[in-house]
Amino acid sequence: MDFDFSDDQKFLKGEARRFLEGRCGVGVVRKVLNDPARSYDESLWKAVAGQGWLGAAIPEAHGGLGLGHIELCAIAEELGRALAPIPFASTVYFLAEAVMLAGSDAQKAKWLPKIAAGEVIGCFAATEGPGVLTEAQVKARVEDGKLTGVKIPVTDGDIADLAVVVAKEGGRPGLWLVELAGPGVERETLPTLDPTRGAARITFSGAAAERLGEAGEGMALAEQVLDRAAVLLAFEQVGGADRALEMAKGYALERYAFGRPIGSYQAIKHKLADIYIKNELARSNAYYGAWALQSAAGQLPVAAAAARVAACEAFWFAAKENLQTHGGMGYTWEVDCHLFYRRAQQLGLVAGGAKAWKERLVSQLERRNAA
Amino acid sequence: MDFNDTPEEADYRAKARAWLTANAPPRSGAGETGLEDPVSMDAARAWQRKKAEAGYACITWPKAWGGGGGAPWQSVIFGQEEAKVSTPGNPFAIGLGMCVPTVMTAGNEADKERFVRPAVLGEEIWCQLFSEPSGGSDAAAARTRAIRQGDEWVINGQKVWTSGAHFSDFGLLLTRTDPDVPKHKGLTMFWIDMKDPAVEVRPIHQMSGASNFNEVYFTDLKVKDSQRVGAVGEGWRVALVTLMNERLSVGGGGTGSGHTRVFKLASDIATLGGPAVKDGALREKIAEWFVQAEGLKYTTYRTMTALSRGQTPGPESSIGKVVTATLMQDMANAALELEDQYGIINDPKLAPLAAAFQNSLMAAPGLRIAGGTDEILRNIIAERILGLPQDVRLDKDVPFKDIPSGR
Repeated sequence: MDFDFSDDQKFLKGEARRFLEGRCGVGVVRKVLNDPARSYDESLWKAVAGQGWLGAAIPEAHGGLGLGHIELCAIAEELGRALAPIPFASTVYFLAEAVMLAGSDAQKAKWLPKIAAGEVIGCFAATEGPGVLTEAQVKARVEDGKLTGVKIPVTDGDIADLAVVVAKEGGRPGLWLVELAGPGVERETLPTLDPTRGAARITFSGAAAERLGEAGEGMALAEQVLDRAAVLLAFEQVGGADRALEMAKGYALERYAFGRPIGSYQAIKHKLADIYIKNELARSNAYYGAWALQSAAGQLPVAAAAARVAACEAFWFAAKENLQTHGGMGYTWEVDCHLFYRRAQQLGLVAGGAKAWKERLVSQLERRNAA
Repeated sequence: MDFNDTPEEADYRAKARAWLTANAPPRSGAGETGLEDPVSMDAARAWQRKKAEAGYACITWPKAWGGGGGAPWQSVIFGQEEAKVSTPGNPFAIGLGMCVPTVMTAGNEADKERFVRPAVLGEEIWCQLFSEPSGGSDAAAARTRAIRQGDEWVINGQKVWTSGAHFSDFGLLLTRTDPDVPKHKGLTMFWIDMKDPAVEVRPIHQMSGASNFNEVYFTDLKVKDSQRVGAVGEGWRVALVTLMNERLSVGGGGTGSGHTRVFKLASDIATLGGPAVKDGALREKIAEWFVQAEGLKYTTYRTMTALSRGQTPGPESSIGKVVTATLMQDMANAALELEDQYGIINDPKLAPLAAAFQNSLMAAPGLRIAGGTDEILRNIIAERILGLPQDVRLDKDVPFKDIPSGR
């Protein structure tokens, strides 16, 4: 039993935190927030690439650091904590994971080194409208290697170079790689709840598409990619939730009302204790997810769903109750509470919402109980 | 991060499992036996002695005192394996988990010689006499009065919620020795003989129908000054040693299978919209319970990891009871809703799953209160882990006798 980060992994995590405290202060996040023309911080993106983090879990043979997924989880937690305004999740948890999972040797050799070097920004173009992603929802289709259809919203679709697209060929869903700079691709940037994370509507009209993985396996592959992303996103959510709790605690100690710190009132104490409880439950579930992601693929569907459900609950609760603890000041643009509130929603929906993941979890448990 | 045992852990687990298989029957699924009759008490004592002789009782305690001389992670592994076999009830948990460690920390050498080994061997049972009618959550408000007379103390007063007092040989008793100083300073700890005629134990009839707790009355109980545990006026500091031991004990997570039972129940029951197991609202709840129960289990593993690495565990294990108790209550209530009108039947022969949910519905309120209420546990998390300030106190710097008591 060794159910924690190792000393080396903790060292990496500490280095990542120091790096992000220096390079991704809240001013960097706000610069993206306040500028409608920007949806990510390019210099932070380059710096993160320079650290090798984009290729943390990519094998050395393909230009990565070849560390493993636990290390990537440690980095993810720190990125979540820093509210990093970069397309890390889209590029690493979705694109790189999809290529590593389903790509041919040629596809891996072509794309993974570019991803690791920060030369390619990725995105995951699956959903086409309101509601849970299902096979029936997918209208996008590929004929003779040409993709037609509309994907909305595509997180980081406004800045991405390469998309992983769910589309049907001969009525059967598949995953496809589409270079977004080519002809037949139109993009429209969308306003988002969290302007530090951008999204787009992408209209494909005969764009060149290359199949990723087996024909007809699109939904199954998409689910496997989502399982992986769910674990990694859970670490971002845990990181954000812990920092929201620290913020709430700091304010509860410094803010006085009726002659004493508001943190001495049980109404505030119990609220913060509840945040702590949810954060710890989320962290423990995320650790189990990390272990399954790294070394127990058979456990991954249940572990990923549990990590996702716990993390969505924890970050949402921490973000909204941190804001509440700050009172009226928490509702202002100047105080940072809304950055967490926005990011909690963004991360809570980007790989599918908690409601759908609860159903996925219970279906998996039914399958497991029946076996 | 590795969910599997290290070779050293696997080796220890295999040995523990082999010993348990050779010495105890597999778990039958029936609840553990009670302690109310002499036969089951004898079985409990015999099991404890067997473990002690094999080095599996009080695994982390020195061998010289009857313990196993082992590491905390060994204790956790043995506990996990012991939970898989059928064992008698455990009347020793409070003594070995809280009272005797307090004697080991704060008691004199003669007391350590006298008490530790017989407790490990299961020969003597202890209870903890802290809570009073005027102080449950507020244990430092104890009013049981001890007055010095020469080399003796004379004790009068009442304790309440005392688990196992009716079968205990000794008790660890928190008394008020000086009501003229602030409350935390006027307390003194003693060990007492529970069989003394001046000690009267009256069972409390709980709402569940069982009687696990007692009221304990002291009428001119005389104890020697040598029975004092720690200095006069240091009783609260000694009590904190006891309570800290309570918190350090790693919980096993008893509700881990609760959601599985709800699943089973839901598979056999219909709702207006079809089989209950297909009900979306119930499925969401099952997912939420699963995530909480699993989260607690993995939190225990994090604690165990810290112990295995020779580190002090983080404070995260303190979330256990506050989550477990409410989880148990919520699951019981939802399960009875599923049973619908049939749910009012509290008969193990008729109610589904041998009335498991009826039982847990009636046990849950006690679990939310015993060993620290939900509210006190949240205060502890907020104050000791998050570092928030104490509430304004009206009882800190005034003599104990002047503190408002509402009566």
